[in-house]
Amino acid sequence: MVQGDLDSDDEPEDDEPLRGAPQEFDFDSDEDDGAGPILSTARISKQARPATIVPSNSDEDSSDSDEGGKITMANIEARSRALDEAAAAGAEIDAQELRQAALEASDDDIDMEEEDIDGELRLPTVTEREEEKNKGGPDVHTVQQRMKHCVRVLGNFKKRAEKGRLRHEYTEQLISDIASYYGYNEFLAEKLFQLFSVAEAIEFFEANEVPRPVTIRTNTLRTRRRDLAQALINRGVNLEPIGKWTNVGLQIFESSVPVGATPEYLAGHYMLQAASSFLPVIALSPQPNERVLDMASAPGGKATHIAALLQNTGVVFANDANKARTKSLTANVHRLGCKNVVVCSYDGREFPKVMGGFDRVLLDAPCSGTGVISKDSSVKVNKSERDFTLLSHLQKQLILCAIDSVSPESKTGGYLVYSTCSVTVDENEAVVDYALRKRPNVTLVDTGLPFGREGFTKYRGKVFNPSIGLTRRFYPHAHNMDGFFVAKFKIGKRSKSKTISEVNDVQMTVASAESGDEIGFDPNEDKVYIEKAKRRQMKAKGLRPPPREKE
Amino acid sequence: MRPLTEEESKAVFTKLANYIGKNLVHLIDRPDETYCFRLHKDRVFYVSESSMRLAISVARPNLISLGTCFGKFSKSGKFKLHITALDHMAQYAKFKVWIKPNGEMPFLYGNHVLKAHLGRITEDTPEHQGVVVYSMNDVPLGFGVTARATIDTRKLDPTSIIVFHQADVGEYLRDEDTLF
Repeated sequence: MVQGDLDSDDEPEDDEPLRGAPQEFDFDSDEDDGAGPILSTARISKQARPATIVPSNSDEDSSDSDEGGKITMANIEARSRALDEAAAAGAEIDAQELRQAALEASDDDIDMEEEDIDGELRLPTVTEREEEKNKGGPDVHTVQQRMKHCVRVLGNFKKRAEKGRLRHEYTEQLISDIASYYGYNEFLAEKLFQLFSVAEAIEFFEANEVPRPVTIRTNTLRTRRRDLAQALINRGVNLEPIGKWTNVGLQIFESSVPVGATPEYLAGHYMLQAASSFLPVIALSPQPNERVLDMASAPGGKATHIAALLQNTGVVFANDANKARTKSLTANVHRLGCKNVVVCSYDGREFPKVMGGFDRVLLDAPCSGTGVISKDSSVKVNKSERDFTLLSHLQKQLILCAIDSVSPESKTGGYLVYSTCSVTVDENEAVVDYALRKRPNVTLVDTGLPFGREGFTKYRGKVFNPSIGLTRRFYPHAHNMDGFFVAKFKIGKRSKSKTISEVNDVQMTVASAESGDEIGFDPNEDKVYIEKAKRRQMKAKGLRPPPREKE
Repeated sequence: MRPLTEEESKAVFTKLANYIGKNLVHLIDRPDETYCFRLHKDRVFYVSESSMRLAISVARPNLISLGTCFGKFSKSGKFKLHITALDHMAQYAKFKVWIKPNGEMPFLYGNHVLKAHLGRITEDTPEHQGVVVYSMNDVPLGFGVTARATIDTRKLDPTSIIVFHQADVGEYLRDEDTLF
């Protein structure tokens, strides 16, 4: 085909305004500005002081260079090497001393503060708290002071606690202060507080107040990350790769154009997606030509990521229970050029009935959203105990359906990934533990994610399956992404039941006991039904029932 | 979901042929996999046969979309191509128009392509010919119909329309509710 060039001579000037000044694109520069973990103010203030302390023998090191006579061409190499070594040793000593000094100083620091504070700050008693509440709550400054005080006391309770006060008085006070200071309801504040150590909990609440960085995922079906980055930089977007763990993510620092409406976005070159949403798909690691199900997929960030990893082979079933949300799901699927996606709208719990035999299933379960409070702060007040019970019940139903939708015979797969954007234990570890108990053919495997904290194997008196250590948790304060949970299961073949003979024995004894009666109860008549019920029960437990006896 | 009737396929194919001409054959005879057209709730989907067979299990009220949506039939039986078909059209387009960067945004807001924004155009494009619109770095942005033949465009003034807008990728945002 021949393309004619019309007025090509006036083209360069017209191109100019949008191109702008080319910005240097550096993939390796450090990502300190905004990307690093966020330290709470309390931490910073503690660490700031010791940094100024000058190590006592640093001047000795500097005097080294004066001695040693003249520098000649002959000894210059040896001397420089010696100098390097000396410098290295010196640096090590310095570092050690700094660390030591920091330790001491932080102790001093706190002791000093204690003297200052103790005069005015002490834990209010129950009656005082009542009074305070009646007066319309304390002012923000006192609350902040008191929170700091409580955190410090709880950090070393034996030494710093006021005499005669109990630990739980301090925690109670701290929780209620957190609730009023950050605007949570007390129930949720307590629930989240219990997940962490005291100092970390404050960091977590602090991190929930700060928005997470905007991130995008390159659509590998249409472009490459380098090309996309260049194109966006030309539009005046300041960006950088997210991290080493993904090769499709970009983090956006600032932008002169709306990132959700650039021609590149409309042409489907990228998807606006939180960094945490990459994780379950990476854990799922779908292989080409597989049949994959995304059980709760709207608005399609993860489903399209799966389709991209399949390179448009195989088939992806993107399901979402909410019909209104499937519109944006379909729009995204088409915009990103995923041609192997079937969009449907079922309640996820219907799933093995609609269709089973999937190689991999992703269940990003509906959850309370306690991991994304920075995005949607309404969670702070509108979640009650009942919501958590209902949600975890739904999640337990969904996870069983998801497990049953996976084909254990799959040659390449047979995996389920369960994820939530919540940090609470009853939506995560408890659900996973439930699934492991209900389906004996299922085991947890490593998620393949290079970072994240291990899931809890014990939590407040509950003991979970020890393999739950293989699940991964992500926190806003620690990883600078939304709070998230990922678990990966391998679905094995259903084991043949071990208890066939036992089952038969029980039946026989029952039968013999009943046969003496004259009421006319015929055990043989019921045998069929009993057998049927048993088979159903075994199937539900994930056991393969024995073949039917022929009569 | 059902295969297209004779009349329906005729409507779809004549529409498509307006943009991709004889390349239409390549949509049907594919080297990799057999693809087919299916009608579901007035919408025409172009989907691989293996996907289609699996999607049969999904009940009609619950099925939202499969493969690529090409467009929809109006109540009067006319077929309207949607922007979602752009991928396949861009692949086989016979006549193309490239627009300059300063014309991208106006086009993506649903305006016609003006002479001033025209970067390049396929030679010998006749009048009223379906064309696919690209940005200067070959990203397909939409499609439309030429207002003038290539030869006539040279004499026109910069503000005159060269391509009538039919669909653009901006519709993914603007018409998300009605498009799907």
